[in-house]
Amino acid sequence: MIVAGIDVGGKNVHIVIKKDGQILGIVAGPTGIKKADAVEQLYNEVLKKAGIARKDVERVVATGSAAKRVAFANGSISDAAADARGINKLIPSARTVIDVGAEEARAIKVGADGKVLDFAINEKCAAGTGTFVEAMARALEVSVDEMSKITLQSTQTLSTNAQCAVFGESEVVSLIHQKTPKPDIARAVMNAIAGRIASVARIVGLDKDVAMVGGLARNAGFVDSLKKSIEMNVLVPEDPDYVGALGAAEAALAGVMTEEVKLPGHKPRLPGKEILL
Amino acid sequence: MAAEVKTQEFWEWPETNWVNPDIDWKKGKVITAGVDVGSVSTQAVVMVDGEFYAYGNTRTGSDSPNSARKGMDFALEKNDLKIDNIDYCIGTGYGRVNVPMAQHSITEISCHARGANFMYGPDVRTVMDMGGQDCKAINVDDRGKVLNFMMNDKCAAGTGRGMEVFADLIRVPVWEIGTRSFKIQKEPPMISSTCVVFAKSEVVGLLETGMPENDIMAAYCSAMAHRIMELLNRLGVKEKFVITGGIAKNEGVVKRLEKELGIKTADRVWNKKEYVDRGYPFDTQLAGAIGAALLGNALLKMGKAKSARKA
Amino acid sequence: MIANYGFKDGSDDWYVVIDTDKCNGCGKCLEVCPVKILEVGPDEIDIFRGEPVAFVKHEERNKVRYRCAPCRPGYGDEPAPCVRVCKPKAISHSDGWRVLYGRNSGRGFKG
Repeated sequence: MIVAGIDVGGKNVHIVIKKDGQILGIVAGPTGIKKADAVEQLYNEVLKKAGIARKDVERVVATGSAAKRVAFANGSISDAAADARGINKLIPSARTVIDVGAEEARAIKVGADGKVLDFAINEKCAAGTGTFVEAMARALEVSVDEMSKITLQSTQTLSTNAQCAVFGESEVVSLIHQKTPKPDIARAVMNAIAGRIASVARIVGLDKDVAMVGGLARNAGFVDSLKKSIEMNVLVPEDPDYVGALGAAEAALAGVMTEEVKLPGHKPRLPGKEILL
Repeated sequence: MAAEVKTQEFWEWPETNWVNPDIDWKKGKVITAGVDVGSVSTQAVVMVDGEFYAYGNTRTGSDSPNSARKGMDFALEKNDLKIDNIDYCIGTGYGRVNVPMAQHSITEISCHARGANFMYGPDVRTVMDMGGQDCKAINVDDRGKVLNFMMNDKCAAGTGRGMEVFADLIRVPVWEIGTRSFKIQKEPPMISSTCVVFAKSEVVGLLETGMPENDIMAAYCSAMAHRIMELLNRLGVKEKFVITGGIAKNEGVVKRLEKELGIKTADRVWNKKEYVDRGYPFDTQLAGAIGAALLGNALLKMGKAKSARKA
Repeated sequence: MIANYGFKDGSDDWYVVIDTDKCNGCGKCLEVCPVKILEVGPDEIDIFRGEPVAFVKHEERNKVRYRCAPCRPGYGDEPAPCVRVCKPKAISHSDGWRVLYGRNSGRGFKG
């Protein structure tokens, strides 16, 4: 059976086309402002690449913050469920998954069967997301890739105070004025965000193996800082930003068109804010 | 007598200073000063026997001690009072530990509470202050004592910086945004992103869809007002409600906030009738420094401090 | 006086709340705090108060969200250590951490 998993994130759309155990094609592109158009365009692109027709795809499952934009989806699952399913396929030994995207970050405790056991989220605040790294790279006047490289070249530890992307930018600018070497600033910035992500992860507990997915997982400098922060190894699968889409595709294959996660034994949160996973 | 405007730059508020023509400091018994070094602006205020004597409102530079000196010099520019004539000086604000002429430092929470009480009257119950890089909400009693407070200087969204980033993005001077935000046909929905960084992308998107600039300003002011409302509702707002700091000068945010809260902010006039009659300048950014000077006075009166006057 | 130490950011309110009228400065809270963000000393806000009071250290106030997260304040039945040991019930947390958990994205069933 041919299925499609479509992850519509705040910044990028990722699509994975699978035929049972085999991946036929993947594609990624900016979500932009007209999200539905971006999805449509990228979907057509990956179908062409995979050499299959639209009607050949039996099931489409969407995920991501803008999953609703996939008008032709047969179902959708939450990001946490998608990440869990995806990582279960790629790194079955993973028990903690840290997903940092452009606009949200989450930590998920995963069972051996790929089920979500617990999770915590960082949202609506750029300081705990990939956007923070981009903003700091701009302030350093380097590309994000360059910033990742120079992080690993840092020779001294600095600490930064700002916990906000906007104030952080000013802090970086003043460090540059004080002639602080850029690699050290880059490392300090990575340490700061790694610390924040680590504290979100500690909410669910850091159980081996710890895996990282999402766009920021491609940033070697960040992953290095994260490892140092949690004092544990972090496994990063190939194409980590596709894990959500892969998980959605896996859900489609399993015939799971919605994933509603109720965690047993968990006390109700604030009334009115009860949310399903 | 109006305050004199010193300089004016594109994105900044003008620097001003003033001396009270009706007071001869040499005839005063107790002279205290307050210096409020904020991240964006610095105010120095001198009180003679608890009366408003002089002030200087300047831009904070990259160096706090110099900013304090600059502010104080500016406040003393038009009179012959010298720092050595001052009995007690209190530093406050973000850079309060770096006020070289201060004998003591006190947090801006306490100083703002006391200052608002002096400026607006003992019936003030809630003070909201938004400066360049912070925002604080304080409930006070009739003596200007703090009953309840919360402060934020972590997140740019609830600070003057949030407005500056927006002004920069749409290339409109900060002080024009308020009035222009009302030159619209219909109130648009507010910007939905609560983070300045994400809000910037949202604004770019709106500009691309061709939304008129004034409407976007309305949407942004609306979002900021909503955020302040949430902060204040957590604290519990009571009238007389007062807004101090740079944000008080942004009608676009103030009016929308009043609407959301269903409470009007107090008029920006001195509580003391003679100050109003004599036309003394009323600058909402002075609350911290005024409070600091008054607390200095209180400490001296209670014998908890000794005069540092040298001449 | 109710002192709220922390901040409001894009996602929620993150405050450690100390009622200084109830706080007796005993210091038990700072003993049990695993991230050492609490301190006991002269009241900086009510400068005329004689007795010491508990507060959050200055340099930690902007990090309260991240520091307190591992203690999961407000989650389930288990109070945070500082809340548990405070006899006069002077210390508490805002709701931010209670809703950290769970945010639905992309839910929906299509036939």
